[in-house]
Amino acid sequence: MEYALLIYGDEKVWASRDEEQGRDNNVRHERFAGMLARRDAMRGGKQLALASSATTLRHSDGDVSITDGPFAETAEVFGGFYLIEAADLDAAIALAKELPEGVVEIRPIVPMAESGS
Amino acid sequence: MTAKDAVEQAYRDHWSRLLALLVTRLRRFDVAEDGLQDAFLAAARTWPHQGVPANPAAWLLTAAHRRALDRIRREDNDRRRLPLLVTDLIAEDVVPPDPDPDAIVDERLRLLFACCHPALSPDARAALMLRFGAGLKTAEIARLFLVPESTMAARLTRAKAKMALAGIPLRRPAAEDLPPRLSVMVKVVYLLFAEGYRATSGPELQRPELAAEAIRLGYLLGELLRGDDEILALLALMILQHARRDARIDGEGRLVLLADQDRTKWHHDEIDRGLELVRGLGPASGDYHLQALIAAEHSTSGVTDWPRIAGLYAELERRTGSPVVRLNRAVAIAEAGAPQEALIVLDNLDEALPTNHLVPTVRAELLSRLGRRAEAVAAFDAALLLVRTDAERAHLERRRADQA
Repeated sequence: MEYALLIYGDEKVWASRDEEQGRDNNVRHERFAGMLARRDAMRGGKQLALASSATTLRHSDGDVSITDGPFAETAEVFGGFYLIEAADLDAAIALAKELPEGVVEIRPIVPMAESGS
Repeated sequence: MTAKDAVEQAYRDHWSRLLALLVTRLRRFDVAEDGLQDAFLAAARTWPHQGVPANPAAWLLTAAHRRALDRIRREDNDRRRLPLLVTDLIAEDVVPPDPDPDAIVDERLRLLFACCHPALSPDARAALMLRFGAGLKTAEIARLFLVPESTMAARLTRAKAKMALAGIPLRRPAAEDLPPRLSVMVKVVYLLFAEGYRATSGPELQRPELAAEAIRLGYLLGELLRGDDEILALLALMILQHARRDARIDGEGRLVLLADQDRTKWHHDEIDRGLELVRGLGPASGDYHLQALIAAEHSTSGVTDWPRIAGLYAELERRTGSPVVRLNRAVAIAEAGAPQEALIVLDNLDEALPTNHLVPTVRAELLSRLGRRAEAVAAFDAALLLVRTDAERAHLERRRADQA
């Protein structure tokens, strides 16, 4: 099965990292991605820019409104994700435990054949 | 025995085991359940005419398996799911029941581990355990949880969908995950029992039928886990507490304290069984073990060894840090003849348990015993502000008046 590991955290903490802390964080993620690759579990992943850079678009009654900022203004924001391959939820949890982030939501991916309409 | 009796007996004896076999082979709860249901309906229809088969379990398993596969074929017209599921199944249309008892134990355990997966909500775990561990029907579980059947059916459906979609595995957890996963499973049983022993919802103070189901699950886990001390300690604890059910409630539906219970109403055969289990446990280790030892001490016919009970509570408090345990320890210390020391143990508990009337109640009784009547009256007043049931309020008012 494929799973998405969705990373949430306090953006203020992320934003206040100095250069060295930022490098350390990159090293931790490179290590995690390397571990996934060695186990043939890596299917992709990206880090998102800060939520203040987000633009939200809403369709309603044929109109489109465009607003500044993320969909939800919350203390903990969505900051990035990995796509992984794992045999089952226990295997996905075991991999997610290695991810150096405070909060990780594990979401199964709908298989391609079933995700179409 | 009539054919109808044979079907009913087969349901009681084999339903859970057959379901475990089907679920682990088909990897689908819903289809396994429906297939087994179909098989029992078929048995009720055909056994009266064709006679009861020599091996009812094998007959039912074969019938259920075939019907489950039919269901999968029907729903997967485009066969998207078939490669995942049926490669090793299509060929074996007739499945003999597994003769290896170890394999059966393993299949049932795998099912129960899935039911108690930490990714499921505690409510869902309890409901799934009653369904797939105890083999209760949805309507019966709904009654035990005091919710409408439709609510429980929706809860079970949601839980089964989560299991399938999230990929909750049907296998034994990895060795390093086993201890926490076992603890979750044991906790599910404990919480079911606790709700039966001292109900937090509904009109009754205790719900013995729920407690009895928890004990049945305890026996099942004790059997499947072969000598795991944590589950055996919990089983002993549950049996000893449950054995007092008929003495815990008086004629007016009020809770009767241990010291005032009519011991002839205790189920002494059950107490013997619980005490035997306690004696079979290894050196005291876990929380349930300590609680079982305390329950055993309360169940002995001789003089209660209060110093020993106080010591056990002290150990339990050290392990759990629970203020409720500390309150019980204070009572045990007082009963052991040291009310002054017990008063000191009560200090600071008001902050930890600000809404619990038992803290000022116990303090009031201790002060009364020490002859400090004015302080006792003040403590009874504090308790009266917090007490919630009329029966206990009346009792406190009587005790307050006694101080004059």
